[in-house]
Amino acid sequence: MREFTLPSLGADMDSGKLIEWLVKPGDVVHKGQVVAVVDTSKAAIDVEIWFDGIVGALLTEPGERIDVGTVMATILAPGEEMPAGPEEPVEEPVGEPVGEPTGEPSGAGGVRLRVSPAARRRAAELGLDLTGVLGTGPGGAITLADVDAAGAARAAPEPGTAAPTASEVERLEAASPAERPALMRQAIAAAMSRSKREIPHYYLAETIPLARAVAWLTERNAARPITERVLMAVVQLKAVARALAEVPGLNGFFLDGTFRPAPVAHVGVAIALKQAGLVAPALHDVAAKDLDTLMRELTDLVARARSWTLRSSELSDATITVTNLGEEGVETVFGIITPPQVAVVGFGRLAVRPFVVDGAVAAVPTVTASLAADHRVTDGHTGALFLAALHDWLQRPDEL
Amino acid sequence: MRMSYREAVRAALHEALVADPRVFLMGEDVGRYGGSYAVSKGFYDEFGPERIRDAPLSELGFVGAGVGAALGGLRPVVEVMTVNFSLLALDQIVNMAAVYRHMSGGQFSVPVVIRMATGAGRQLGAQHSHSLENWYAHVPGLRVVAPATVADARGMLPAALAEPDPVVIFEHVGLYNVEEEVGDWACDLTHAAVRRPGSDVSIVTYGGSLPKALAAAATLASGGIDAEVLDLRVLRPLDREAIAASVRRTHRVVVVDEGWKTGSLAGEVVAGLAEECLYDLDAAPRRVCSAEVPIPYAKHLEDAALPSVDGIVAAVREVCGA
Repeated sequence: MREFTLPSLGADMDSGKLIEWLVKPGDVVHKGQVVAVVDTSKAAIDVEIWFDGIVGALLTEPGERIDVGTVMATILAPGEEMPAGPEEPVEEPVGEPVGEPTGEPSGAGGVRLRVSPAARRRAAELGLDLTGVLGTGPGGAITLADVDAAGAARAAPEPGTAAPTASEVERLEAASPAERPALMRQAIAAAMSRSKREIPHYYLAETIPLARAVAWLTERNAARPITERVLMAVVQLKAVARALAEVPGLNGFFLDGTFRPAPVAHVGVAIALKQAGLVAPALHDVAAKDLDTLMRELTDLVARARSWTLRSSELSDATITVTNLGEEGVETVFGIITPPQVAVVGFGRLAVRPFVVDGAVAAVPTVTASLAADHRVTDGHTGALFLAALHDWLQRPDEL
Repeated sequence: MRMSYREAVRAALHEALVADPRVFLMGEDVGRYGGSYAVSKGFYDEFGPERIRDAPLSELGFVGAGVGAALGGLRPVVEVMTVNFSLLALDQIVNMAAVYRHMSGGQFSVPVVIRMATGAGRQLGAQHSHSLENWYAHVPGLRVVAPATVADARGMLPAALAEPDPVVIFEHVGLYNVEEEVGDWACDLTHAAVRRPGSDVSIVTYGGSLPKALAAAATLASGGIDAEVLDLRVLRPLDREAIAASVRRTHRVVVVDEGWKTGSLAGEVVAGLAEECLYDLDAAPRRVCSAEVPIPYAKHLEDAALPSVDGIVAAVREVCGA
């Protein structure tokens, strides 16, 4: 039997309110399946399960507000019997969504956690659930130092567990739609303040001619109905993912003082919301998808972002962010990195500008691509290589 | 000025005898013999038999006489050879000295000072080696102190003589030969004292266990554990604020008490922390006490029965999870 716990759906989220279960005891569930809808300060999030099994008991009631890490349901392996009672010993709780303890996690088997009184009080002050926290005190008890370490670890989330999107700070208080703009403003303020406080940014920009890309895309779209046309923004997203495959040092997370590269690029797309504010949900594994698929997914993502129905994984696992302010007419974006990501790519307005081609000034469609990157992880040289690769890919749109 | 604990007690007594004609010393062998621990050597010749009074072997009798003299306006210092023998005088101390102020509605006070040796380590056998300070610390109406430093040995006696109520002073037999630099020895009979500041764990102790606790702290420091050593000094009333303040800084506590663990002062310290500081504790408290046997005569057995530096170090490491 495994435990399904409330994952952190944002860098600073520590609780959520269950709106509804989409499964019931006995249902077969698969990894990636949406099993519950949880209300955060920002949105009603579809929460996915991250392993296969059969739903045993649902332990959280709709309407209940629970802390991140709280066991919401028990999931049985195929063929496994339901335990006789809730106190039945269970196997080691699932560690994936709430951090990876390096030793025997506390709280396994329904046993009361060994927590020192001082640690218990500190955990309450921090609003931390101590399930899974490794105790280093006498008899394996969780001490003050263990709580502080766990608190620090939760503040800097694990890859794939806590959302590194620009707008992500969840609040304990339940939020009505009317309250969300203010809460979102606070969330953005917290994330961006942290970024500017902790991350030494460096900035690079390059003007990229898009004559070929525009011509290629125009020709490609001309043969299609409007609904199947692809936007230049999608071409740019795909080019970013391709360039990241060549310069992987900008794709991943900076956690606990070290850079952890991500195997594939889940590109967070900054989406402005009508209610003011923005989110940057991820398009998954952009390099592996063709432009038509990406266009459909982007359209869907924007629509769901604006209707507050994003999925937990989309909010939690972007490995880099792309922000495009071309529609608003700006020349260049100087982005702020979303921690714990290490880079943000910006695109300005696509416009016909004077550009030197073959020794003569010509009227050429160009875009200014910018990069803000974490100097703790990479240097300007790496950033320059990335922009050169991006430039190169945008000259070969047919190969994207 | 460098002096021994014995010299400090002697200097304090001498000063009091010179300064106040109401002060006199009474006890077994305090006169012609010069005191069981040689504290009053020479006093008999200097102050005469009226003020340095050799008592018969009857603790009940001479402690009672001291209580009566105090009631009559004198300032007696009664020396009892060891706390084991003081049990014969418990009636005079507990039923008389401690209660008169209360039973007389404040009309009588008993300004007697009762000094007694306590503790083991000198191969004196079970009948001379026990630590029964907690018996007295249990009793309202008494002030109970345990000088653990040479400065406190010098300063606590005049402070005790200035008290209007009975004061019991415990002098650990292992301390008489300790020599220390003594500067300003003036002190109160109210507060505990941090003898070594530290941040990781509080070692709470008193009397003859203080040097062991300090030695343990030095050993622990080389192992990366910064121990605070708190000397209780006053066993009744306990300075609970100082104990709590130390534990609120360190979140861990080991109490070292040469008494037996069951019903001990160490137990009282821990119980107080459980009441006042539970949510400051980051580990279960530990007590390092004497083995629950009559203190043995044989050297190796006596050593094994008493709190040791190694035992304190081990207990501290345990509460620190190290």
